[in-house]
Amino acid sequence: MSSSAPWLTLFFLGAYHGINPGMGWLFAVALGMQENSARAVVRSLAPIALGHAISIGVVVLAAGLLQIVLPRQYIKFTVAAALLALGLYKIVRHRHFRWSGMRVGFRDLTLWSFLMASAHGAGLMLLPIVLALNPEATHAMHHMQVTSFQGPLTGIEATVIHTLGYLTLTAVLALVVYRKVGLALLRKSWFNLDLIWAIALIATGCFALTV
Amino acid sequence: MARWRPDPTFYPSPKLAMQAPPEKLAFVAMLNANGNGKPDALGVVDLEPESSGYGHLVGQVDMPHAGDELHHFGWNACSACLCPYAPHPHVERRYLIVPGIRSSRIHIIDTKPDPRQPQIVKVIEPETLAARAGYASPHTIHCGPEGIYGNALGSPNGDGPGGIYVLDQDSFDVLGQWELDRGPQYLAYDFWWHLGFDTAITSEWGTPNMVQHGVNPDILLKSGYGHKLHIWDLRKRRHLEELDLGSEYQMTLELRPAHDPRHAYGFLGVVVSLKDLSASIWVWHRSDGNWKVQKVIDVPAEPADPEQLPPLLQGFKAVPPLITDINLSLDDRFLYVSCWGTGEFLQYDVSDPFHPRKTGSLKLGGIVRHAAHPKQPKTPLNGGPQMVEVSRDGRRIYLTNSLYAPWDAQFFPEGITSWMVKVNASPQGGMELDPNFFLEFGDLRGHQVRLEGGDASSDSYCYA
Repeated sequence: MSSSAPWLTLFFLGAYHGINPGMGWLFAVALGMQENSARAVVRSLAPIALGHAISIGVVVLAAGLLQIVLPRQYIKFTVAAALLALGLYKIVRHRHFRWSGMRVGFRDLTLWSFLMASAHGAGLMLLPIVLALNPEATHAMHHMQVTSFQGPLTGIEATVIHTLGYLTLTAVLALVVYRKVGLALLRKSWFNLDLIWAIALIATGCFALTV
Repeated sequence: MARWRPDPTFYPSPKLAMQAPPEKLAFVAMLNANGNGKPDALGVVDLEPESSGYGHLVGQVDMPHAGDELHHFGWNACSACLCPYAPHPHVERRYLIVPGIRSSRIHIIDTKPDPRQPQIVKVIEPETLAARAGYASPHTIHCGPEGIYGNALGSPNGDGPGGIYVLDQDSFDVLGQWELDRGPQYLAYDFWWHLGFDTAITSEWGTPNMVQHGVNPDILLKSGYGHKLHIWDLRKRRHLEELDLGSEYQMTLELRPAHDPRHAYGFLGVVVSLKDLSASIWVWHRSDGNWKVQKVIDVPAEPADPEQLPPLLQGFKAVPPLITDINLSLDDRFLYVSCWGTGEFLQYDVSDPFHPRKTGSLKLGGIVRHAAHPKQPKTPLNGGPQMVEVSRDGRRIYLTNSLYAPWDAQFFPEGITSWMVKVNASPQGGMELDPNFFLEFGDLRGHQVRLEGGDASSDSYCYA
């Protein structure tokens, strides 16, 4: 991988998460419609992005910290196994979120987005890329000074880049659908991303084995 | 099995749902009130005017046991599956959830692969409903954003409280009682919600013991039947407040909230007033953060010769209108009102919900009137307009005439001869009976009608 490729991948994975109507933009549109205001759409973007970022950040940082203390091989196989297991589970079962609602404030919306991203394994999906960003971690025993900072720092950068990709798509889709396109498009073009999502989880799990 | 694209019968908003193609089939609950040991059935009616079977039963599935008293029923999935906070649009609108109000048995009926030959795929026994939810006499079904909601008139011993239970959307297992805190609520009848406000509304009839032997005049004259509405927090599953209409108003039955999720108002039909036997329509609404209810339509009783009245009514020398069902078109513009007693069907323009304007009236059946249908103008009909269902585009309305076996017998002691009719509605108001659609159920009685693909009381929406 060239040096910019993993960062671009992180950004595009963010965009991919953003495209999914179940991950935020559609909620933003609904809240705008409920209040009859494009401002309500814009206002909902911050908590939706924040919840997503927290979900991603927790996983990426945890993995970054683990890299300091655990041999890379262990992490690699754990991440791959987790991704494959989650992907297969999602092919077999499709559970959906319960007990939320339409009257949501900043905190509710942040929590909803956090739970939605976490339940989909959004952070987990990033780990193979983040692992690829830290090749020197293989020599952790020799470069303890460097990696103990690098792991978490890279994790934060990865989360920010990913969330930018996510927020860009979420914002553009929410506003374009709210202002121009309308919701009729959902009927034809809301593809079953759950299945694609499950396949993506499995694919990144396989990729994790190669880094 | 999950679909690749959303079920084509799901629409984000009521406005989009009005563009749906005309329905081709109806499913009708058919009650066997003969006590001959034969079961109730779900009938399939052909609604395509060009079809040779138009206006006839073209399919039927019998229930496995006799004595269910099929009443209301609903779909496993609907447009609420598109709601943004719990989206799962790739399930199919495919199964009808059909409870028996008398047996407390709940049937899951598959309308695929051949909707004309539906199949029973699962039966929830009354013991399971009782053990898992503590309820009996299951009634209304609504598909919600998170699962299938049903309600029940009471507890397994026939008293209260009645309330709501939830079914798993995939397995149809009873997940349990919905209420975390029911407050003072005890009686139940109908329920629905304002998804845009995370608010549920429930109404009141009576416990199974109060209704299953017919109208009890002692209970009625003591104002013992329901006269309240209950407002609930749909997310927290908690009772918020009750709205009391006053004890003279007996039986607050059908609830029809505005379909537009931005609007927090809805219509309620009240069967009878003890003061003058009139029936009424009320509007509940939220203003300045408070829920209120007010009467907007009064339908007076009609004076009648006691000779022509059943024993229950002879002392009153009048026919009560008995508003037993109402329905609201998807554009929230027309409210349809069944007056089962007088045999009248009314249409109101409710664009301004607080000032309804009467735009149409039809006469059919009735305790005294016995008005005939244009297809058989010489045959007097009994029963009256009762269950009413409106097509998604608002152009066609379907009516049946049976209420509830023990009550049918009190108001029409000669025995209800059951029919289903179709009404054509003009987009600007006004309506007329379709002279070619008059279905006779023979020795069964038609109750609730559900239209293939959805209707004006089957779906709820999260988008305007």
